[in-house]
Amino acid sequence: MRYEKPTSAKKAADLLAQEKGAAFLLAGGTDLLVKLKMGMVEPDLVIDIKHIANANEIQITPKGFRVGAAVPGARLAEHTALKKAWPGVVEAANLIGSDQIQGRCTLAGNLCNASPAADSVPAMIAAGAKAVIVGAKKRRTLAVEKIALGPGQTCLEKDELIESITLPKPAPRTGDAYLRFIPRTEMDIAVVGVAVCVTLARGRIKSARVALGAVAPTAMLVPAAARAIVGTRLEDDALEKLARACSAACSPIDDKRGTIEYRTRLAGVLAKRVAKIAFARAGG
Amino acid sequence: MAHDNRYVDKDYKVVGSRYTRPDGIDKVTGKARYGADASAPGGLVGRVLRSPHPHAKILKIDTAKAEKLQGVKAIITCTDLPDLTNGDQGMAHILENCMARGRALYDGHAVAAVAAVDEQIAAKALKLIDVKYKKLPHVTDVDDAMRPDAPVLHENMFTRGVEPTPTAPSNISARTQMGYGDVDAGFAEADVIVERSYKTEQTHQGYIEPHACLASVNPDGTAELWVTTQGHFSFRNVCATLLGLDMAKLKVTSSEIGGGFGGKTHVWAEPVALALSRKANRPVKLVMSREEVFRASGPTSSTSIDIKMGAKKDGTITAAVAEMRYQGGAFPGTWAMLGCMTAFACYDIRNNRSIGWDVVVNRPKVAAYRAPSAPMAAFAVESTIDVIAKEIGQSPIDVRLKNVAREGTQAPYGPTYGPIGIENTLEAVKSHPHMRAKLKKNQGRGVACGFWFNIGGQTCVDLNIGVDGTVNLNVGTVDVGGARSSMAMIAAEELGIAYDDVKVSIGDTASLGHNDTTEGSRGTFSSGMATIFAARDAIGVLKQRAASMWGIPLEDVEWQGGQAIATGDMHSNLPALTLKEIAAKAGRTGGPIAGHNEIVADGAGMGFASHICDVEVDPETGRSQVVRYTVVQDAGKAINPDYVEGQFQGAAAQGIGWALNEEYIYGDDGRLQNAGFLDYRIPVCSDMPFIDTQILEVPNPNHPYGIRGVGETSIVPPLGAVGNAIADATGVRMTHAPMSPPRVLSALDARDAG
Amino acid sequence: MSKATLVSTFVNGDAVQFACPTEESLMTALRDRVGLTGVKEGCGTGDCGACSVTLDGQLVCSCLVLGVEADGREVETVEGMAQQGQLHPLQEQFIEHAALQCGICTPGFLVAAKALLERNPNPDETEIRYALAGNLCRCTGYDKIVRAVQAAAKQMRSRR
Repeated sequence: MRYEKPTSAKKAADLLAQEKGAAFLLAGGTDLLVKLKMGMVEPDLVIDIKHIANANEIQITPKGFRVGAAVPGARLAEHTALKKAWPGVVEAANLIGSDQIQGRCTLAGNLCNASPAADSVPAMIAAGAKAVIVGAKKRRTLAVEKIALGPGQTCLEKDELIESITLPKPAPRTGDAYLRFIPRTEMDIAVVGVAVCVTLARGRIKSARVALGAVAPTAMLVPAAARAIVGTRLEDDALEKLARACSAACSPIDDKRGTIEYRTRLAGVLAKRVAKIAFARAGG
Repeated sequence: MAHDNRYVDKDYKVVGSRYTRPDGIDKVTGKARYGADASAPGGLVGRVLRSPHPHAKILKIDTAKAEKLQGVKAIITCTDLPDLTNGDQGMAHILENCMARGRALYDGHAVAAVAAVDEQIAAKALKLIDVKYKKLPHVTDVDDAMRPDAPVLHENMFTRGVEPTPTAPSNISARTQMGYGDVDAGFAEADVIVERSYKTEQTHQGYIEPHACLASVNPDGTAELWVTTQGHFSFRNVCATLLGLDMAKLKVTSSEIGGGFGGKTHVWAEPVALALSRKANRPVKLVMSREEVFRASGPTSSTSIDIKMGAKKDGTITAAVAEMRYQGGAFPGTWAMLGCMTAFACYDIRNNRSIGWDVVVNRPKVAAYRAPSAPMAAFAVESTIDVIAKEIGQSPIDVRLKNVAREGTQAPYGPTYGPIGIENTLEAVKSHPHMRAKLKKNQGRGVACGFWFNIGGQTCVDLNIGVDGTVNLNVGTVDVGGARSSMAMIAAEELGIAYDDVKVSIGDTASLGHNDTTEGSRGTFSSGMATIFAARDAIGVLKQRAASMWGIPLEDVEWQGGQAIATGDMHSNLPALTLKEIAAKAGRTGGPIAGHNEIVADGAGMGFASHICDVEVDPETGRSQVVRYTVVQDAGKAINPDYVEGQFQGAAAQGIGWALNEEYIYGDDGRLQNAGFLDYRIPVCSDMPFIDTQILEVPNPNHPYGIRGVGETSIVPPLGAVGNAIADATGVRMTHAPMSPPRVLSALDARDAG
Repeated sequence: MSKATLVSTFVNGDAVQFACPTEESLMTALRDRVGLTGVKEGCGTGDCGACSVTLDGQLVCSCLVLGVEADGREVETVEGMAQQGQLHPLQEQFIEHAALQCGICTPGFLVAAKALLERNPNPDETEIRYALAGNLCRCTGYDKIVRAVQAAAKQMRSRR
């Protein structure tokens, strides 16, 4: 197994393009090294992205925030401005694993591992996050919800890597939140994850984005759930409509972490709870 | 020299205090060495190839390609472990469990092993071994395995304990029955009768340190084994037998143990490591991965239990019947029998009967887990008692007190109880401030009791006094919970010297006679007793030396407060001789001063406990959180209260994990799906509240200090306590453990629908 | 086997060089190449915390870091906690409060607790429990561990 630590995203892309064997990107390693240990992957080449310029930076830009692909969750938690603007994204990222995992795991890694249950992804989707992608010959930017195609599969080409995740500057009176259900208090993979982002105008929800995790092959935006609460002050029947829309959007699997029935049910339960938090954060 | 083991009430100078443990410094600095922390020059890495099928014939194992791989030094299969068990069926099962013999009996069953120069080559070699399997139908559920159409694991298994003996083989190894009285008459007297069925899923001891050993076999038949174990003498005996070595020539040293709880009382990897070393003629280090620990060591039974209980309106339980089915994994065990012994042991029920069915399934061979078989039976019994209490409108504590076992009660399995502490623990619970704390919305409170026998067993210690008066105590029971501190305290107490003047070590198998495994809560009880007697032996020698130094008769010498005192008017002018002074002159008064003891420690006391659990249930998700927990347990005599509390708390936490989230999940394909700490969910720090403890001391009359074993009892009540708390919070009676969120939500839905 | 890569790193303040295959974890490299067996493999997949170290001051599971990633960086293990024969307050309090039984999880807890107290010198019970959720213990039920951390925090605050 070869190990490279390129200093630019372009160089990393070139390495990916040129590799004839199995090449893997290494950010925090909290997924890759588990797969290595379990014998699920046998890389010929591991490309460590942590030495790429700006990969470890959180930058405030005129448009919002740029989070380098190598920024670990623990650093997200320390960034006051980011936490203030997007508390839902930060709290979702900070739910990934233990403090030890937080010392390493990244938004980009969480996204590209493409587990349907990834904690940070629904929150990123709800916040309107984008992935800045660098290839050997081109750059492109995609909405986060377009990255994962199925469990463990992304739309990235062989020579592409994510250089950063961008978050917009939140409009005034915007609030986002994320909740997940796990059987213990920590250390479990989400059985269901729900993220909600709302923007208010005159006390009512002007726009909303609702995303679900762990209830379909990928995390997904649920426009019908957003429609259920737009124009409302999140009254009880709006919440009920929201819950039903979320449950209706679920197509989960039965596995050791949850049954179809249980996940579908809980998607509705959590949606109500998390919508209230987002609404309160938005000033409602 | 025979010693008197009867309890004597006295004031203690050392015992009963909180001394810091001698192995603490090494453990907090990372110096302590566990099973995987040893290495040897030229050592090889051992790895095991395991069956991916729950039940299969092994048609062929082709190791040719693997043998050719550069760096592979030995490959073994069952042919390298010939059957030397000589008709001992128990040994034969251990042998077959360590290495499959023509058939794979569970997902994870070892079929071959390699020793190679490094990890990567060993892993590669495993992949090159070609095994041809013929898959057979499998069964993993205990009830399914009892059906007449179930696939049969052992063609020579004809159920024992049924009349007439069956003519066709089955998966039922034995039926046991015990109890006394007339249950039919008892039910006829009852005002209410409750019948419930319960299921508990399989759990694992969950020790954080995987099995690990370093084996080195020499061509002359001598060998060494460094291993994490609860019983190095037992391991020596088993490994020597399986490998055809003389026991005295196999030196087994126990490393520090990173948790066992019964799961390290048996061998799995060790005979394999020895066989690899023998073949390669080099030391072999074999460490199980976490996945292997779950798939291929010794979890508990999963069970299916029916309880029928009848009671009068005044709370008297007039009859109780338990019918219990326990699976022992792929080889027969006596787990159901143990369940029968414990099910009603906390109570005086005049008409009781327990029937146990021991069953085999295609799962790993079950091993003991802290009070084996008792937690499942207690879940069923303690839950049912609460149902009875509700039916007759009495408090759960009062119903238990009404029927509590006392001195003179006959245990369901036969013997009559001496002085026991169950009533004391219930009274303590009743008056505990926890019972008066206010519960919040969605919260409920449950109480439950538990029992464990505790055992004695073969024990051997050496006590040697150095010329500076400091003492070496060599014991043979592995220290799993702080016993080195307790032994030092006991030796210091007996000799009348300071705790810091005693250094305890765990001797290897070459330096002491046989010591039984540290299990059955016997460590402090047995080694403690042997230490007391060894110290008294040494005191006998010290007195003789003092007599000779003074030139007076031995009968005029007494030992008090760490000194020899000359008694009688004729010697009153002689100043006392301290232990240090006598030791300094030992070379001239007869040589090294020592005490020694070998006993079969007898008269282990029973350990009883009552627990209080507060739980908060989220009604929309079914998720339960334990918000407060109290353990009250009778320790007989707490040598070091810190370590006694630690046992109470650790056992309770394991029981809580068992009650809420821990279970083995098998697919329809018979494969284990959650062989890791991610999806086998033991409690994490944030899941738990502080665990309050209260130590009661009802002295065990058969131990000089009144010690009862404490390590196991408190894993028994939590399943019942949590179930009763959930019932109090929600009105639903959970009958399937673990009481995980989906199960609780389902039960809440049924409540709302019905 | 992959060709071994030379790694130059600092471990507990000392300059250390070792060679390890690229697929080897930092945990294995510390144990087998540097000889520091304080990190323990409880699971190898980041679920138990027994292999906890800090990497450039950040708490991580060393089983999820490649040995080669330590090049040019600073690693701190449990073996570096005691300074010149003087135990760290956490080590003292763990012994004092009987916060260990078998001790296999103890190095991981000490490293994680030290990282907690360095960023939050006055954590409440909930903060302690969640910060240590990545460290599994099977012996103690966590009660005495949390008390020991509280006592150490108090001791460390009073020294400032």
